[in-house]
Amino acid sequence: MREFELVIIGGGPAGMAAAIAAKKQGIDDLVIFERGDRLGGILNQCIHNGFGLHTFKEELTGPEYAERYAQQVYDLGIPYELGTMVLDITPDKQITVVSRQRGAETVRARAVILAMGCRERPRGALGIAGFRPQGVYTAGTAQKLVNCEGVVPGKEVVILGSGDIGLIMARRMTLEGAKVRAVVELMPYSSGLKRNIVQCLDDYGIPLMLSHTVIDIKGKEKLEGVWVAAVDEHNAPIEGTEEYFPCDTLLLSCGLIPENELSRSAGIELSPLTSGPSVDESLETTVEGVFACGNVLHVHDLVDFVSEESVRAGENAAEYIKGKPSSPGTPVAVKPGNGVRYTVPSRLYPESVTDCVHIRFRVTAPVKGAAIVVSCGGKELARKRGRIFVPSEMIEVILKKEQLAGLSGDIEVRTEEAAK
Amino acid sequence: MTRELTCIGCPMGCALTVEVENNEAVSVTGNTCKIGENYARTEISAPVRAVTTTALTAEGIPVPVKTVGSVPKDKIFEVVAHIKRTTVTLPVKVGDIILDNAADTGVAVAATASMDN
Ligand SMILES: Cc1cc2nc3c(=O)[nH]c(=O)nc-3n(C[C@H](O)[C@H](O)[C@H](O)COP(=O)(O)OP(=O)(O)OC[C@H]3O[C@@H](n4cnc5c(N)ncnc54)[C@H](O)[C@@H]3O)c2cc1C
Ligand code: SF4
Repeated sequence: MREFELVIIGGGPAGMAAAIAAKKQGIDDLVIFERGDRLGGILNQCIHNGFGLHTFKEELTGPEYAERYAQQVYDLGIPYELGTMVLDITPDKQITVVSRQRGAETVRARAVILAMGCRERPRGALGIAGFRPQGVYTAGTAQKLVNCEGVVPGKEVVILGSGDIGLIMARRMTLEGAKVRAVVELMPYSSGLKRNIVQCLDDYGIPLMLSHTVIDIKGKEKLEGVWVAAVDEHNAPIEGTEEYFPCDTLLLSCGLIPENELSRSAGIELSPLTSGPSVDESLETTVEGVFACGNVLHVHDLVDFVSEESVRAGENAAEYIKGKPSSPGTPVAVKPGNGVRYTVPSRLYPESVTDCVHIRFRVTAPVKGAAIVVSCGGKELARKRGRIFVPSEMIEVILKKEQLAGLSGDIEVRTEEAAK
Repeated sequence: MTRELTCIGCPMGCALTVEVENNEAVSVTGNTCKIGENYARTEISAPVRAVTTTALTAEGIPVPVKTVGSVPKDKIFEVVAHIKRTTVTLPVKVGDIILDNAADTGVAVAATASMDN
């Protein structure tokens, strides 16, 4: 049985950054398992720009960003095995993998980093009644078809969901000669970035229909069109507002969920709020020596934050391998309060914090002129102001080690309306 | 006249308020950095965009590309059409120029991924 000090599952930006960081900390006996045929993960299909502004101070496309990290993997001589799918992890870190070169194999690891990314919500989750004609795709599938396979799935398009992938695909399909009739969004606000609304929809005159949804699909074998209706505050369609859009393609951009089949089999506790593993400040899951980073942990919108977080996972895994006792003392829970959907980490060990801890979270709905308050047992630890906080942006608050001394009770992160 | 814009310079998407006179921005507020101010000025007088798309090899394999710099917004479709008429030969490296002057904009187009044949 092959044995490794560190096994990294997934060769996307998270896996690569974690591997590079661990290697730099002196961990040489490591490997990246990637099921795809190249490193880079989902970035290979994200050919638009907007990546890396924080990390490289320039705007890169997805493949360019991925290649910078892949180059470091090659330069540092980090072993990686492509076409290698991890099927199972046990709580004692035996990993079953299958590849064409080696067939099925079980390997053992001292430490594991989960970096499997996320997947799109499947269309079954959308609750549209009726047939499943040809022409209905998730936006990410369409992105892969167009950008990696050179196949444009249709000519007349409606997009349901205004997440970033949907917005990006509205522009992409337009540039490939398709007519995008509308982007339909159930919520009264878009879950995508404002810049993408400007440069992907407004630039091309594509209407964004907020508080609307697709209520029915026409076409038995092939999609012929969709009915769209406005919804009320309970998301119920409003009678009389139905509008028919002929189209041969419906793209679904309805959100991403962390990919955690493997985490479940390893007996790792998942957070019901993020659908990712619940972790402490070192990004260690509830199974000792198993760490998580990137989209498998919580869905990120900025790859720079993925890379930064993954460096910390790689460094902490290296510390663990070198024998740092994991998680001493009693943990303090970190909880989302008013207006906050989740926090990562969800618990922390004040004693094992080296100099600071990053708390990342999202708000539940857009708030204007509010402050983010981090408190513990009535004591305010941090306050962050902003003109507007939106669910599409991940927010970060950094607490220093000194601030964590002598805390009792849970740490709470909440939004607070500004005093009038 | 006042115009409200959203800066597309980075994902912050700052809300910009621009005072416009004779098709020129005379003052910009709401930006967090200099990029926002520059964006507002060009957006008012002559908007430009960077373009990303794919070029194809003779076998129809897509190669991701981008314009090296921005092109006038009203030239985007001509630029994309010119890229589509161009055939790429593999292998390519990131940064290889596949087109010197896209649709007479004076802007080059470069590959954004390294690909073997
Ligand atoms: C369709 C789509 C489009 C996106 N577009 C953007 C965008 O435009 N801009 C942006 O900033 N972010 C975008 N994102 C978010 C993007 O995923 C993150 O920015 C970043 O790529 C996350 O990195 P990651 O390494 O966590 O995940 P990924 O890039 O998804 O990498 C995970 C890797 O793990 C591998 N893997 C998974 N399971 C296994 C297994 N069992 N065995 C072996 N390997 C496995 C996968 O093949 C993949 O290569 C998009 C996400 C999706 C799903
Ligand atoms: S003004 Fe600066 S910080 Fe604000 S969106 Fe533009 S580039 Fe980003």
